[in-house]
Amino acid sequence: MSRFIVLRLLHTIFVLFGLSLFIFFIARVMPGDPARVALGSLATEEQVQKLTEQMHLDKSFPVQYYSWLKSVLHGNLGKSLYTQRPVTTDLKEYLPATVELILFSFLISLVIGQVTGILAGYFRNSWFDGLSRLTSYVGVAIPPFAVAIFLLLIFSYILKFTPVVGRLSLTMNPPPQITGFFIIDGLIAGQLGIALEALKHILLPAASLAVAHIAQEGRITRSSIAENLQKDYVAAHSVYGIPRRSIIFKYLLKPSLIPTVSIMGLDFAFLISNAFLVEVVFMWPGFSRYAVTVMLNKDLNAIVAVVLVIGVAFAMVNVIVDIVIAFLDPRIRLRRREG
Amino acid sequence: MSKTELLVAALSRRRVNLSKGWYKFSRNPLSIFGLITLFLVILVAVLAPYITPYPEHAGAFTNLRESSQPPSLTHLFGTDTLGRDIFTRVIFGYRFSLLLAVVVLSLSIPPGVILGLIAGYYQGRWIEIAIMRITDIFLAVPPLVLALAITAMLSPNLFNQMMAISLMWWPWYCRLIYTVTASLRHEYFVYEGELIGASKTHILFKEILPNCIAPILTKMTLDMGFVIMVGASLSFIGLGVQPPKPGLGTMVADGAKRLPDEWWSAVFPAIAIVIVILAFNLIGDGLRDMFSVEEH
Repeated sequence: MSRFIVLRLLHTIFVLFGLSLFIFFIARVMPGDPARVALGSLATEEQVQKLTEQMHLDKSFPVQYYSWLKSVLHGNLGKSLYTQRPVTTDLKEYLPATVELILFSFLISLVIGQVTGILAGYFRNSWFDGLSRLTSYVGVAIPPFAVAIFLLLIFSYILKFTPVVGRLSLTMNPPPQITGFFIIDGLIAGQLGIALEALKHILLPAASLAVAHIAQEGRITRSSIAENLQKDYVAAHSVYGIPRRSIIFKYLLKPSLIPTVSIMGLDFAFLISNAFLVEVVFMWPGFSRYAVTVMLNKDLNAIVAVVLVIGVAFAMVNVIVDIVIAFLDPRIRLRRREG
Repeated sequence: MSKTELLVAALSRRRVNLSKGWYKFSRNPLSIFGLITLFLVILVAVLAPYITPYPEHAGAFTNLRESSQPPSLTHLFGTDTLGRDIFTRVIFGYRFSLLLAVVVLSLSIPPGVILGLIAGYYQGRWIEIAIMRITDIFLAVPPLVLALAITAMLSPNLFNQMMAISLMWWPWYCRLIYTVTASLRHEYFVYEGELIGASKTHILFKEILPNCIAPILTKMTLDMGFVIMVGASLSFIGLGVQPPKPGLGTMVADGAKRLPDEWWSAVFPAIAIVIVILAFNLIGDGLRDMFSVEEH
């Protein structure tokens, strides 16, 4: 197992290296002078010259990449030309909001997806199964920004049930930063009002992110429950007189979780890219909105950093998923121990 | 059996399977619904200049007296702030979406499939390692994110959007075909081909490739919807079809700024996107069921 993990990590490092080379290459070969593009047409020739030297744009590509890689390995991602601050400072400010959003939406979709999936799988071909199937068809076909707009229109504008944008009301100060998650920080600081307000603000963006995910989650759980219900061991349990409920929750849930967990890496990829759109609609001051802003402003250092952060996060999630799967499925664990 | 006999047998088997497959496909009302919807969408998109009520509204047209009208009989989906008929623009918007999907898939499937065939056939050789590790690099970040970054660094327009998405899309086909080829690599018909001295091109394209058609077709249909969604997402952010051209994502973004008063200008284009994606997904699911039964 440990050998497997080491191999996975080596592979991850290689992939991230390749990714950085690729994205750095695109950032440097794009048409036009990157320094001129970054500063805009109003900048003087001198400013452009200075930036060119700062970013080593006058050197050859390998030299540029080498000096960039060296500073990245020292934890320096360069300066954002848009915010005029070090990219790492920006990331520290914006990342927690997106992580909170993604985790919250993940929680929602896991609970709702599992419950509907189990019910639909257990009561196969019932009206509930049909309804959840139809809903899931629509759920995966709606682009995340459209979901966000529909929810915003219904819950914020028509029902006036949730706030429209942001993480907190403008009049409120964020709680003292410990985790960076407003709900948890508010609870830790004992400021219940803030925690509640933060919860209200996160509901719609998280729900918009969750819709497609719930649909997928439900479908996968449904089919694995339905499949496992046909297995001999379930029949054996029934014959022994074990109640239906404990068969489902004690024996069926774990094997049915395996497909769910194994696609979690992909789920994460969907969540993070959908967050790009949802954060824009809800003006969520997070990493993804920052990413969109720097992309629209051709902020090269920040774009490269943003893509790499996502690459690192994606890789980490995949490694964790592999390890969790090995623990859930003894067959995979054994195979890896032998291999 | 002689070569001709083999060929006849294979062909007739394929034909039987096709009609059987169609029977299977047509038994699923959802797939038929998807097929009809898609047919209608393509039809209206192709005939857009002739069937839309105000074809001149598809471009830079302004009629401020008619601006921001709610849906009515004269303007089914209402009008935008410049007084353009949203129904007309949605129909024209379908043209860009369908064009995007067709161009992206025809640019990304051939290289992906060819590289997948080669990597799957030459297992353990350096060429497999090179192809698959490069694929891994492209798959290390969600396609939407990298497509966004690339379109942003080039200049945002439909052409660059197509190029960026295509560049992100081939690795999925490479990995899919790699898996299929790797599983077929040790089948007898491949060994037999090698034994009688068939060329590598013959083995790859005439023996292995026909067995990959089912997964390619299924994935292609589902991907049509997926590419349309990614394209609409890029346009929504402002990195796609540029105004005054009517991109569906661009129109939703435009309408989103005027919520809730002019809800129609965001809601109808959004529903239009959902309809075309749904149609492709339903057909794709139908194809998957059809092929999966055939294989077993």
